[in-house]
Amino acid sequence: MNAIEARGLTKRYRDKTAVNQLELTVGEKEFFALLGVNGAGKTTLIKMLCCLSAPTAGEASILGHDIRRESEQVKTLVGISPQESAVGGNLSVRENLEMLSGAYGMNRAESRARAQEMIDALHLEQVADKRAKTLSGGWKRRLSIAMALVGRPRVLFLDEPTLGLDVLARRELWVLIRSLRGQTAVILTTHYLEEAEALSDRIGVMKEGRLVAAGTAEELKRCVNAETFEDAFISLAGGIQ
Amino acid sequence: MKNMQKMAAFAKRTTLEIARDPLTLFFGAAFPVILLLLMSLIQANIPVDLFRMESLAPGVMVFGHAFITLFAALLIARDRSTSFLLRLFATPMRASDYLGGYLLPLLPLALLQGVLLYAVALLLGLPFSVHLLSALGVGLLCSLIFVAMGLLFGSILSDKQVGGICGALLTNLTAWLSGVWFDIKLLGGAFGAVARALPFYHAVEACREATAGHYAALPGHLAVVLAYAAVLMALAVWCFGRQMQEK
Repeated sequence: MNAIEARGLTKRYRDKTAVNQLELTVGEKEFFALLGVNGAGKTTLIKMLCCLSAPTAGEASILGHDIRRESEQVKTLVGISPQESAVGGNLSVRENLEMLSGAYGMNRAESRARAQEMIDALHLEQVADKRAKTLSGGWKRRLSIAMALVGRPRVLFLDEPTLGLDVLARRELWVLIRSLRGQTAVILTTHYLEEAEALSDRIGVMKEGRLVAAGTAEELKRCVNAETFEDAFISLAGGIQ
Repeated sequence: MKNMQKMAAFAKRTTLEIARDPLTLFFGAAFPVILLLLMSLIQANIPVDLFRMESLAPGVMVFGHAFITLFAALLIARDRSTSFLLRLFATPMRASDYLGGYLLPLLPLALLQGVLLYAVALLLGLPFSVHLLSALGVGLLCSLIFVAMGLLFGSILSDKQVGGICGALLTNLTAWLSGVWFDIKLLGGAFGAVARALPFYHAVEACREATAGHYAALPGHLAVVLAYAAVLMALAVWCFGRQMQEK
């Protein structure tokens, strides 16, 4: 069963169509990167797939569950790490993880155990009892991803997880993100082309709300006869020849 | 059972966020106590009926509750602006879990505020009576207006707007139109009519009557307070629900 299937998915606001007749299929445990310039519709698409925003038209399902009619089931299957780190600033790393575990219905003992599991798995020991607002950008993103994983999602959305991080912090996060391969389907949005190339099985390019191309980096290059992936992206997303 | 766990987990988070914010300690506890001390000093030198501890303590308690609106609205507005709520909206939590998680910790906070202020008031000469307990209960009912406004403003304003509207405007409105610092009856006219049409004056009067043990006067004031609280809460729940539907 596919992790994501979207057919004609559309989101219109009063004066703008953010996602336009989008067609997308992502396999179970596939690592899929979404590229596009600002305003291409990546975040709106993620919001719809996480049941945070209702589509205007079209349909989509997560592991066979319709995002409109079965939002409760969908929410048990997805995890999201939003663009902003979105952590409780006055709570420690451990408290943030326990709180999120509680949000998935775990009791106190289960929440504690799950938080410790995440601290171990994502190597958060040295900051486990520090308040989130005192953490560096890299640690906050690591915590954000840990919080997205607390509910054992089968489809994980990472919305620009390395935005604003320095090279070292970004590479450390890459190692973490790579370690998720094979555990869950991952949909990663990013502005960094090398990130999409390095981490994903397939890459989709969005332009003005549509998915204009999807495939491996090599396939995308061949598709537009480009020498480099950057050229291919510019050709697909920007229209510059 | 699972829904209770979700609400409890979120309520714990709300409690920790508010309790660990220095703003809470200063405006929620220290500032009202300082006001009580200052006014009792003035009262000692220039006796005014309004600043007798039996009148002052209930008034400052209601005034202190106005800061609960600020704490709640700031927290919710920040949760919206930092996408914290967006993250939570993608979990299986329901609207009731959020509302309970935000609102329930605010009521013990209001009660604690009342207990602290009455404890200080006792030290400053307020005669002890069993009526003080009912005054705390009435104060808790009055805090519902401020709790509801916190949810309402947090759902519709940005965190910067919350600072202006709840931090400056609302606290001033509560101060001017409640009769804590001067007798509304002396002003009469339009000012008095506006004050009586709003819930702040009635909240202060209800707490004063309860402190004095004049229970016959309570229903009239409490009816206004609870009617406002119900309307504000319904509006707040509706606005928060809209946030959830289209985040």
